[in-house]
Amino acid sequence: METARLLIRRGTAAEPPRHEAFEVPFEPGQSVLDALRRIRAEQDPTLAVRYACLNANACKECMMLLDGAVVYACTARLEPREMRLDPLPNKRLLRDLATVIAPPDERLE
Amino acid sequence: MPAAPIQMETDILVIGAGGAGLYAAIEAARQGEGQGEGQGEGLGEGQGAARVLLLDRSLIGRGGATVMAQMTVAAAVAPDDDWRRHLHDTLAAGRGLCDPRLAALLCREGPECILEMDRWRVGWAREGDGLRQVQAPGHDRPRCVYVDFLSTGPAVSRTLRTQAQRHKAIRRLGDVVVTDLVLQDGPEGRTVTGAVGFDMTTGAPLAIAAAATILATGGLTRLYRRNSASSNMGGDGYALALRAGAALLDMEFVQFFPIGHLAPRLVGMDPIMWDPFRYKLGGRLLNGAMEEFIDRYGAEDGGRYRATRDLATYAITREVAAGRGSPHGGAWLSFTHIPEAELRAAFGPVIDRLAGNGIDLTRDAVEVAPIAHYHMGGVRVDTDMETGVPGLLAAGEVVGGANGANRLSGNAITEALAFGRAAGRTAARRVAAGVAPRLDPAAAAAALALAGAGGPEPAAGAAPNMAALVARLQAAMSDHVGPFRTADGLARAAGALAAIRAEAGALPPGRPRPHDLARLDWFDLRQMLLVAETVVLAAAARTESRGAHQREDFPDTDPGWTLNQIVRLDGGALRLDRAPVLAEAA
Ligand SMILES: Cc1cc2nc3c(=O)[nH]c(=O)nc-3n(C[C@H](O)[C@H](O)[C@H](O)COP(=O)(O)OP(=O)(O)OC[C@H]3O[C@@H](n4cnc5c(N)ncnc54)[C@H](O)[C@@H]3O)c2cc1C
Ligand code: FES
Repeated sequence: METARLLIRRGTAAEPPRHEAFEVPFEPGQSVLDALRRIRAEQDPTLAVRYACLNANACKECMMLLDGAVVYACTARLEPREMRLDPLPNKRLLRDLATVIAPPDERLE
Repeated sequence: MPAAPIQMETDILVIGAGGAGLYAAIEAARQGEGQGEGQGEGLGEGQGAARVLLLDRSLIGRGGATVMAQMTVAAAVAPDDDWRRHLHDTLAAGRGLCDPRLAALLCREGPECILEMDRWRVGWAREGDGLRQVQAPGHDRPRCVYVDFLSTGPAVSRTLRTQAQRHKAIRRLGDVVVTDLVLQDGPEGRTVTGAVGFDMTTGAPLAIAAAATILATGGLTRLYRRNSASSNMGGDGYALALRAGAALLDMEFVQFFPIGHLAPRLVGMDPIMWDPFRYKLGGRLLNGAMEEFIDRYGAEDGGRYRATRDLATYAITREVAAGRGSPHGGAWLSFTHIPEAELRAAFGPVIDRLAGNGIDLTRDAVEVAPIAHYHMGGVRVDTDMETGVPGLLAAGEVVGGANGANRLSGNAITEALAFGRAAGRTAARRVAAGVAPRLDPAAAAAALALAGAGGPEPAAGAAPNMAALVARLQAAMSDHVGPFRTADGLARAAGALAAIRAEAGALPPGRPRPHDLARLDWFDLRQMLLVAETVVLAAAARTESRGAHQREDFPDTDPGWTLNQIVRLDGGALRLDRAPVLAEAA
């Protein structure tokens, strides 16, 4: 079976940037978010990523960089190749792929 | 370095910022503002408005079902319609189990909310001088408003959020997960005096003092593997209410939507999107051998799929069980017999989104299967949305009773808006009557300790994979507590839940830190397990079939079971009681 290799930025803003590779079986039609959730359930539950609606592309939480371009992870298709994932560059990094995206007046600080 | 707990105070705490929570916040804030609907500038400065804190575990207005709803909203707004007709249809659909007072509130106040939303420029589709209304199954006339194209939910959310922003009294706050309510003794008896949770962005525990707390946390369909929900719909509100001493009503009634999208993988679309096209065009439902099968189950389908939801769910489930399912375990839905021009006209731009998913409806059938969609049961409230526990209110899908054993299409958003408004009103009244926030730190201590607790490190493999445990819970619920249930299956589900509970352990993994999903999964599992147990308990006790609860071992509706079931947490154990259905309101 073909596999997709996800190269994922890990850690917090305080740590030196590093990428970790995960391999998942490639199933045609799957989204990048499907693969990230599968990694969490099968390989590494600590992987941090934002999402809520999974399918409907309604919550707009899953924005990240795929090979340097901004995508929604829930609509970007998984491909049987190496795909590099990074957090949004212009938002404060929380951990891994998760950033602070709430409007300033809807945050705690 | 353990994060220090954050302390906050408000008059009215609203947990959950979907349709119900947003409307509740707006209504509560404007009560003290003399109903002002001033233009432009912010409202509520320096006046008698209660302070409102509107929290959500995700982004405000984006985390729940409201923003995902693509279809229609039922309300008797047409000049020739009457809310009593809507009530009649709602009670009929509920198969004898509706709380008629709540159903009446939904139908009577729904139109006021819909028209207010219209003044707020939500953009309901129009026809002539009025709102355009379409027919949905179970309604005696076209009664459902909508926003084109498939934009009802996003438009409702955006409009309410914009209104909430205009009120200075409302503070909106995302990324806060509420894990427990705070209970303490007071002049009214055991009273909810606020809530405890944690800030997702740092992991820091937090306590919020409030004179009134409104649960607006939405439904529980995340308990199922295949659902139309968001990841925030594990049923937190039911668990919060139970632990605070409130009663849950009719938890066995989970609505399954028969033709949820199954395959090929569809991204960027709500999985229940096929329904409106079924209304418009028909559409053939076929088994794995490409044969029509619905009529074998007693429905006259005539080559156009129009069977009712429960029957279609039954027929699909049976065909799959008999080995005649489609490749992914559902049925085929085909529009290939419909001319391309007609498809274009009906689907509009959706055709192109489908093409982006590799689906050409003139050529391809898609696979569909039942999917968990909505929960009729929930927190028991009166028409003021009071739970009976002083200081605790509930609104929206988390409330049980208005829809009985089966919900009418389009009633859920109306319920969220009308009940949210009622809860906001009641909460404001409580504050106006002089109840002030007074949270005793000792009462919050145990919940705060849990929110900040350190457990086994997941990275070191010392803790079980909580995401995998959530998936196991969903599998057990789907396999045994889906649309068709048996005593044997329900017992197996109970066993599976007990095993998962033991494996999850008593402490969240790791320690508080930014955006830690492994910890969040543990807190979610804690609530999901309790809520799933209430569904299993109530489903096992109801030895009949009615509406969304179908027992294969008790296939008939038993008039003797025209009763509500009430679950409470009593000394740490769930207790189930029966109660007569309330008589219709005068
Ligand atoms: C895909 C889909 C389509 C639908 N289509 C329709 C339709 O066409 N017509 C109709 O009438 N109904 C429809 N429904 C049902 C309807 O959308 C919901 O019943 C309704 O929107 C519920 O509103 P709510 O405000 O009660 O809850 P929600 O909108 O679900 O909001 C609940 C909020 O609470 C937050 N929350 C939950 N737990 C916590 C916690 N512990 N701490 C902090 N915040 C928390 C969540 O993040 C969420 O934002 C649909 C539902 C779905 C899923
Ligand atoms: S997960 Fe909601 S938009 Fe991607």
